[in-house]
Amino acid sequence: MSDALARPVAQTTPSRGKVVTVRSRSPFRWVLRVAVIAYLFFLVIWPVALVAKATFSKGLAPVLDALQQPDVVFAFKLTLSVAFWAVLINTAFGIVISLLLVRYTFPGRRALSAMIDVPLSVSPIVVGLALLLVYSGRTGWMGQALESAGLQIIYAPPGMIMATAFVSLPLVIRELVPVLTEIGTDQEQAARSLGASPLQSFLRITLPAIKWALLYGVVLSLARSLGEFGAVKIVSGGVAMRTQTATLLVEERYQQFGVENTITAYTAAFILALIAVLALVVVTSLRPKENQP
Amino acid sequence: MSIKISGVGKQFGDFVALSDIDLDIASGQLTALLGPSGGGKSTLLRIIAGLELSDTGTVEIEGTDATDLPAQKRNVGFVFQHYAAFRHMSVAANVGFGLKIRKRPRKEIAAKVDELLALVHLAQFADRLPSQLSGGQRQRMALARALAIEPKVLLLDEPFGALDAKVRKELRAWLRRLHDEVHVTTVFVTHDQEEALEVADQIVVINDGRIEQIGSPDELYDTPASEFVMSFLGPVTVLDGRLVRPHDIEVVAVPFPDSYAGRIVRSSRVGFEVRLEVALAEAADAPPVLITLTRAEATAKRLEDGTPIWIKPVEGASQIAVRSADSIGEVDPVSELAG
Repeated sequence: MSDALARPVAQTTPSRGKVVTVRSRSPFRWVLRVAVIAYLFFLVIWPVALVAKATFSKGLAPVLDALQQPDVVFAFKLTLSVAFWAVLINTAFGIVISLLLVRYTFPGRRALSAMIDVPLSVSPIVVGLALLLVYSGRTGWMGQALESAGLQIIYAPPGMIMATAFVSLPLVIRELVPVLTEIGTDQEQAARSLGASPLQSFLRITLPAIKWALLYGVVLSLARSLGEFGAVKIVSGGVAMRTQTATLLVEERYQQFGVENTITAYTAAFILALIAVLALVVVTSLRPKENQP
Repeated sequence: MSIKISGVGKQFGDFVALSDIDLDIASGQLTALLGPSGGGKSTLLRIIAGLELSDTGTVEIEGTDATDLPAQKRNVGFVFQHYAAFRHMSVAANVGFGLKIRKRPRKEIAAKVDELLALVHLAQFADRLPSQLSGGQRQRMALARALAIEPKVLLLDEPFGALDAKVRKELRAWLRRLHDEVHVTTVFVTHDQEEALEVADQIVVINDGRIEQIGSPDELYDTPASEFVMSFLGPVTVLDGRLVRPHDIEVVAVPFPDSYAGRIVRSSRVGFEVRLEVALAEAADAPPVLITLTRAEATAKRLEDGTPIWIKPVEGASQIAVRSADSIGEVDPVSELAG
């Protein structure tokens, strides 16, 4: 998914640079093409296709059965609700942090910018452990205080939302920062001089200008949140019907014996992949509209 | 007075952008803030608009103290060098933005937008997006947008700076005509002296955060207050320790009283004019004196490279003694007719 991070800059400057297509007939171009397609095929397309194949290896009936199991239904509901809150939090903070990074200079700005990439580089499992240290009801210094106030973080949805939000934090910001940098402040200043309040200027000028980047960031963030495994595994405990998300369910079922369990694991995996791909397809098909006059 | 600026100062870190500026701008006038880049003129304009806050001093707009008013409450129209078009809105929506923010009835907005688009000759482009307009059209749209709120003052920050030379000249003349029609107090920033001389009623020359001179274009051109103003408003050359404009020097092929003997070292033709570089006989080390004359005159006087000539500033030419460069080109004029 990180390959998508580098892409939006070129797309959001439709009028400035055109992509120049090299029209050479050299055989090198063909070699390159085949190599890229083969690489993608062996790395992405074939394995993902095999998941679909494994899912339906025994026909449609076991898949439908799997989808009706109460713990599968619960796992997907929990996954969706965790992802929803994590994405919501990341969208709000993503906009604020992006504006802060682009529009203001303050001491520690570069440090903040670098810190935002930490979740991309640090293993999610480390994130989970770190959260555990702070918020655990038994050992974490803040967790004890919160727990005595009646708020459980670890082994409960709040901790899972935090872990998921942490892991997908950079996605919205890395989409917004280049776009905000590119549009500059002229339009907002013009709006202000025409009588718009800061809020009006944000809603009427800034938000429409960044909406596609924002949507793309939200979808990436959503896809990442649905698929989060490591950090959530540490902080949730993975108890079925209580804190087991879809990815945790996949792992648990895959390790159990029996064809039924394997099919359930593949079914859940297939649906996770399907949601992510669908979201990306929808956004990608919507996105070209921004380039049209 | 429409705009009254007193004691305005602004620093960016260690850099003094403006120091203690006092300036009155009369109602209904077209005023140019002229000066080199980084001289503080744009900062002053942005302080008037409220897009920048001054460190010291006050700004009054039409009698009300605007020093602490935020930009959106000043009712000031602002036009940016790079248009600042709202890219996602049609031309009509751009122009109507200020009125929509003011919650005017839809019919009134539509009528006003139509009127303004006709004024800036963009009526047929109302439904286009800014990206489908040329630079000059976008800037006219930005101007209509600024005028839509019926501003007390209209401020333009290098409005034609991003346009190519031909369009710039057209828009310049068009702005002057527009101002004669609309009569809103207008201040525009420029570093192009020709633009300021051609368009403005009043020019304020700003350099190094200070006002060098205020006056009408003619006053500034004829009686510049300093070397800086004189050299900024047009080409100058040094003759006998004084700044003179190259076209204010008379060239004659025979010696005459109070003239300086010299020899043409280089002549070049640019369009209708001929530029001469003349080395003075008595100051061969000094940089050559530049002289501009019409092609017809140069041909009539047979002025070619190497021709010995005698030169002298014309009657009534504006001249300023060079302060710093003491002995550059300082020579005694011919006092008697040499045989």
